[in-house]
Amino acid sequence: MNEQLLKREEQAVFALRALYARYGYRPFKMSKFEEYDFYARNKEFLVSDRIITFTDTDGRLLALKPDVTLSIARNLRDEETADCGCKQKVYYNENVYRVSGGTRQYKEILQTGLECMGALDRYDLFEVVSLAAQSLAAISDSFLLEVSHLGVLTALLEESGGEEAFCREATRCVAGKNAHDLRSICGQYGIPAEQTDKLCAFVGINGERKRVLAQLETLCGDSAGEALSELRALSELLDRSPYGERILFDFSVVNDGKYYNGIVFKGFLDGICEGVLSGGQYDKLMRRLGKRSGAAGFALYLDLLEDLQPQSREYDVDVLLLYNEQTEPQALANVVQELTAAGKSVSAQKSVPPKLRSREVVHLEVLS
Amino acid sequence: MIKVALPKGRLGEKVYGLFEKAGYECPSIRENNRKLIFENPEKQICYFWVKPSDVPIYVERGAADIGVAGKDILLEHAPEVYELLDLGLGKCRMAVAAPKGFRDTGERTLKVATKFSSIARRYYAEQGRDIDIIPLNGSIELAPILGLSDVIVDIVETGTTLKENDLEVVETVLPISARLIANQASYRFKAGEILRLTETVKEFMTHD
Repeated sequence: MNEQLLKREEQAVFALRALYARYGYRPFKMSKFEEYDFYARNKEFLVSDRIITFTDTDGRLLALKPDVTLSIARNLRDEETADCGCKQKVYYNENVYRVSGGTRQYKEILQTGLECMGALDRYDLFEVVSLAAQSLAAISDSFLLEVSHLGVLTALLEESGGEEAFCREATRCVAGKNAHDLRSICGQYGIPAEQTDKLCAFVGINGERKRVLAQLETLCGDSAGEALSELRALSELLDRSPYGERILFDFSVVNDGKYYNGIVFKGFLDGICEGVLSGGQYDKLMRRLGKRSGAAGFALYLDLLEDLQPQSREYDVDVLLLYNEQTEPQALANVVQELTAAGKSVSAQKSVPPKLRSREVVHLEVLS
Repeated sequence: MIKVALPKGRLGEKVYGLFEKAGYECPSIRENNRKLIFENPEKQICYFWVKPSDVPIYVERGAADIGVAGKDILLEHAPEVYELLDLGLGKCRMAVAAPKGFRDTGERTLKVATKFSSIARRYYAEQGRDIDIIPLNGSIELAPILGLSDVIVDIVETGTTLKENDLEVVETVLPISARLIANQASYRFKAGEILRLTETVKEFMTHD
């Protein structure tokens, strides 16, 4: 197959399917619609709360699915996973419909990703993070995966003794790497100087994993013990895994704490101005849906890969083949076959199309 | 090469002055010509002037790696960018102003004229006050004078325009200053250069 003809996102879909299948993930196909009520109840989990709805033939209000994870999570059976110590590992490749951040308009977004649900342990979390890195590597050589642990920020906020409103504003500052506003918010809420300094120092911590772990141990001490131990264990496994050096720690990654807990991450590709991959551990969402299983996964927004594709190309076809009424169709067919067999693209035309750009022109017109 | 979006106008000039002092000069920017982009390959820096409210768009979309925007614009549009530094320049405040002697009795919906609908909406929502936003693009002070609105939410620097039109500040919404912002992907792939620039600029700020 000529891979040049495939768009970046199509190439990615092929590569990622093979990757996920190698790790025992099975494809998951779902319906295009779900009941609106289901999304409305969980809209904080969605990237955008605007959903396209319509009334079904029986009067039920349906929605074009804005998200995949919620649907997979809802259909999970605890008896087949958490209760028997197993995991359900699935991947998907689906279109979702929602308001896109930049354009503020509804868009069809091609999303691929995977979910690992059930009795998860440290290996499973490592596998999901490692697969996220391998997914990015399958698309581009130049990528970074930024990993965070919500437990560290939670511990620091608890230690500060701040109320809920403070925690919300402080989290926003951490997400925006904004230490100056964080300091003034700490002042407004009367947070003690020691805790203020710790939180502001935390904003600046990111980068190479070992260095960050050492900084965090000094900063947090025992208060974030469990989170730090998970991060340390993950980091050690990543040391010996492919692309480990491209996986960094960055605590500005703060997915919604109402659904996510523990490890969360975001992936970036050089040349794309926003994160293309987002994921983490979302046991809290599972509890909200009444499930006993734990869960982790990620989504890759393939529509963003368009930015990696050059906008214009030099030529539309290799050969513009010009013929006229007198040209024998068999002679024309022979030349087209010869050229295409030689790997060239051909456009057979009776006159030159105004917008077509060809590398060369071959004349097959016969003079009468 | 770091691409910097500077806000056109006085604030942008001040910001460039600060960057120049910090060693990120680009002499061609001082030349009087119609060029839009100014580069100094030796310093690996490139500047361009854009409308102040467009700076976050250039940065969010990655056309600029970093930029300087007022906190008012950042709060109004909530772009997905990192806010690395409060530059302490262009200090002013967002305030509620009304005709002298106006008192909000809370008995009816408050009519608020503003360029900053999101900020105004959030400010009054926190107080549980029912308001009617009248979005305007300029000459906001006219609105309460002609009875189009009860109050305005706008940026106040010296307060001279308000005073000359018999208006006065009744509440301060928030203090404003210029912030250094960065694109989220550039922050990763040009981490060293952006951090170095931020730290150097910070040093020159505090020495001022």
